[in-house]
Amino acid sequence: MRYGLWVGVPIAAAMLGGCSEGVLDPQGPIASAERLILFNSTGIMLAIVIPTMLATLAVAFWFRASNSRATYLPDFDYSGRLEILVWSIPIMTVLLVGGVAWVGSYDLDPPKAIASTVKPLRVQVVSLDWKWLFIYPEEGIASVNQLTIPVGTPVSFELTSSGVMNSFFVPQLAGQIYTMAKMVTRLNLQADHPGKYYGLSAQFSGEGFADMHFIVDAVPAEQFAQWVAATRNGGPVLDTQSYSDLTKPTQAVAPFTYRAVAPDLFNRISMSETQVDDPILRVCLASQRAEK
Amino acid sequence: MNLLGKLTLSAIPYQQPIIMGASGMVVVGVLLVLGWVTLKGYWPYLWHEWLTSVDHKRIGVMYIVLALLMLVRGFADAIMMRTQQALASGGAQGYLPPEHFDQIFSAHGTIMIFFVAMPFVIGLMNFAVPLQLGIRDVAFPTLNSVSLWLTATGILLTNLSLAIGEFAKTGWVAYPPLSELQFSPGVGVDYYLWSLQISGVGTLLTGINFVTTILKTRAPGMGYMRMPVFCWTALASNLLIVAAFPVLTATLAMLLLDRYLGFHFFSVERGGNPMMYVNLFWVWGHPEVYILILPAFGVFSEVTATFSGKPLFGYRSMVAATMAICILAYTVWLHHFFTMGASANVNAFFGITSMIIAVPTGVKIFNWLFTMYGGRIRFEVPLLWTIGFMVAFIFGGLTGVLLAVPPVDWQVHNSLFLVAHFHHVIIPGVLFGAIAGYNYWFPKAFGFKLDERWGKAAFWCWFIGFHLAFMPLYVTGLMGMTRRLQHYDVMSWRPWLLVAELGAVVILAGIVCQIVQLVVSIRDRERLRVTADPWNGRTLEWSVSSPPPAWNYAVLPHVSGRDAFWARKKLAPATQTQPAQPRTYEPIEMPRNSGTGFVTAFFAVVTGFALIWHIWWMAALGGFGAFVTLLVFAFRDKEEIAIPAEQVTRFYRDHPAEVAI
Repeated sequence: MRYGLWVGVPIAAAMLGGCSEGVLDPQGPIASAERLILFNSTGIMLAIVIPTMLATLAVAFWFRASNSRATYLPDFDYSGRLEILVWSIPIMTVLLVGGVAWVGSYDLDPPKAIASTVKPLRVQVVSLDWKWLFIYPEEGIASVNQLTIPVGTPVSFELTSSGVMNSFFVPQLAGQIYTMAKMVTRLNLQADHPGKYYGLSAQFSGEGFADMHFIVDAVPAEQFAQWVAATRNGGPVLDTQSYSDLTKPTQAVAPFTYRAVAPDLFNRISMSETQVDDPILRVCLASQRAEK
Repeated sequence: MNLLGKLTLSAIPYQQPIIMGASGMVVVGVLLVLGWVTLKGYWPYLWHEWLTSVDHKRIGVMYIVLALLMLVRGFADAIMMRTQQALASGGAQGYLPPEHFDQIFSAHGTIMIFFVAMPFVIGLMNFAVPLQLGIRDVAFPTLNSVSLWLTATGILLTNLSLAIGEFAKTGWVAYPPLSELQFSPGVGVDYYLWSLQISGVGTLLTGINFVTTILKTRAPGMGYMRMPVFCWTALASNLLIVAAFPVLTATLAMLLLDRYLGFHFFSVERGGNPMMYVNLFWVWGHPEVYILILPAFGVFSEVTATFSGKPLFGYRSMVAATMAICILAYTVWLHHFFTMGASANVNAFFGITSMIIAVPTGVKIFNWLFTMYGGRIRFEVPLLWTIGFMVAFIFGGLTGVLLAVPPVDWQVHNSLFLVAHFHHVIIPGVLFGAIAGYNYWFPKAFGFKLDERWGKAAFWCWFIGFHLAFMPLYVTGLMGMTRRLQHYDVMSWRPWLLVAELGAVVILAGIVCQIVQLVVSIRDRERLRVTADPWNGRTLEWSVSSPPPAWNYAVLPHVSGRDAFWARKKLAPATQTQPAQPRTYEPIEMPRNSGTGFVTAFFAVVTGFALIWHIWWMAALGGFGAFVTLLVFAFRDKEEIAIPAEQVTRFYRDHPAEVAI
């Protein structure tokens, strides 16, 4: 599907100087694949859209009332062949784009793990009013409004919200996914190159929404290990008490880290009280776990 | 217990100069109009001829007046948002604090969808459908008036929120949990909910009314396959209303129960499921898109055929495409939230159904193209809007299909790319269609054309302004800019937002041109005076005088084919019949004027306002008043008024220009 690239060129050109961030400048396998789908779909459709636009203008211009050379066909209102044509053109286009959509939906399904020899990093994300909490369960640390990840390592996210819905989005690394209270969504992404990438909430969540963005700091693996070690050495501890303080609405919070996290905190945030209380549901969950 | 519920003087936002200035201007404007009407002694005329009228043409005109007024309000919100985003970059906060900015984008969306687009297309359907069907009125004329005034109630309540209290700060979709009491304790969401509940009832009644009218009361010989395409699209649109609006009403009712009585349908706690609201909202919301755009497609069909001097190409395809859209509209709602984390099966399924809907839409575009092919195209104002629509809409459709591809949607969902896309279909689709219809049927409604020069200027300003305002948003969307940002730090977005601001200013010029067009046309109405058939029309509405008499048709036309009026015009010179032969008329029975709609709406305002502010005694009083109004209407002893034959004869003697039926 290489031809998608040259179709994308005019769009990329339209971006002029604005290529330093955004979905057209992907920095990981997921975002790259998504961009390719964007280009391919656009290409397929432009092949029919541009001629139709031009034909509209040309027909309207040629058959203007003042043009004596145009033939007037006052009763031309049906043609079986043309009817077949007008139905089949959009159907063919949709068949092609539909195929792209079908394949893409499965290949890039957000919960699907990225194939890699490197063990993925697990990160648990909680959206709060109005900041992001990132918990590293295996490292036992957490950070607010700053996500540090190792380059070339798949990152596997579990996401939830403390209350209002948000959407976790790092345009250069992967598509977004909603964060919803008492529910967990999953997302996988990977950064191929070191750098600082813009991350944000893409679902309006109230007064402090405009400042609900964060920096993804993609660093080489050894530097990541250093960062983890440094984080463990200082800063507050994230437990039930300090989490409850953190849930209080604040705006434009400067990034900071927690040196330790209470185990199971994420599960307690993301599980509803009915799930905790309901014996039937507990049995269901247990059997589901057993199936896995 | 406080007699005024939550309402205190502090509900008026004195400390906010922008809001107070805007409210002040509105209040002064309303007072000026009311004063002028009083001074001139127009009240009796207004009451008897308009406010209590059950004539579908007058109701249509009043709907469109509401839509045009709200277009100005909605646009004022739009240009304020654009200006805010043009200013508030880097460390700057702009001139609107989040608290105000959030209300503006919520009000903009709510107003533009519910109180501009809806009344505009419903107004056009009201005006044109009975005329096109060759009948005297809709099936339930008084109900029609109730619908209009309940819509006006919603508009009034929404605008009251400007000066008393606040509007929702949740976006026009009001997703819970944000719209739950826990996160939105103010009255803003209540204003939103009650405005939409009350006007939604009006819309549902319109749907029932028009479905009945089109299915049951067509002129003799007007078979389904002889109906003008606008009537078909109106039928599809109203079928959608009947099936979709109850969903909205039920959904908003559940949210109201959550907010007023502590239920947990959509709350975070106690097993509520906010995502169910999102699903239900779009089960209504996506059909709503087609409720709006199908009548506009109907207008484009009429306009293209008329100004090409040709019948519509592929009538059967057009009808099939319209009804296909009507049904498919219910199979695509999930594409509004591919990002919710549904399984790949679900996403892929809804992605493909969403694309399938592009097929009938594409067919329509091609059919309009072939309608123009072989025509003698007159570039009058309505056709300009139509061609502008075709060119712009194709691209809007392209970005729509892109958004239907789930992996692409994950990247641009909720971004300004999405904002650009839906404006790209709604503005050229719905609004251009509505304005084309407004220019097209205006001479029929008032007997004089709208000024052409100002009309063309308005079109070019809108067309250019639209592209300047929204094409840059595609770019910022791809650059990762999400919607509803009160300020931002990424400086590379700013140049594009400045261009968008310029576009908004050009659109403003277009709106000014439209206002000037209306004023100039009224001033020069004698010069612009037209007879029954100014455009060389094809459908029956052009066979009656402009403006048509209250009874539309003295004798109901007998229809023997498509484009009934065109066929008759073609036949007339051949058979050499004298068009204006004197004939005798029967007395005509017409529905009586009724204050029911207006009075019901008055009580609906009282009830709605009282419920918003928790003034329970007043809510009960309003509900009781509305019930009594219903009783009075139910026990009426005279339903119709007979128009004597002499009056009918006199009318046709005074309007010799009228084409014979």
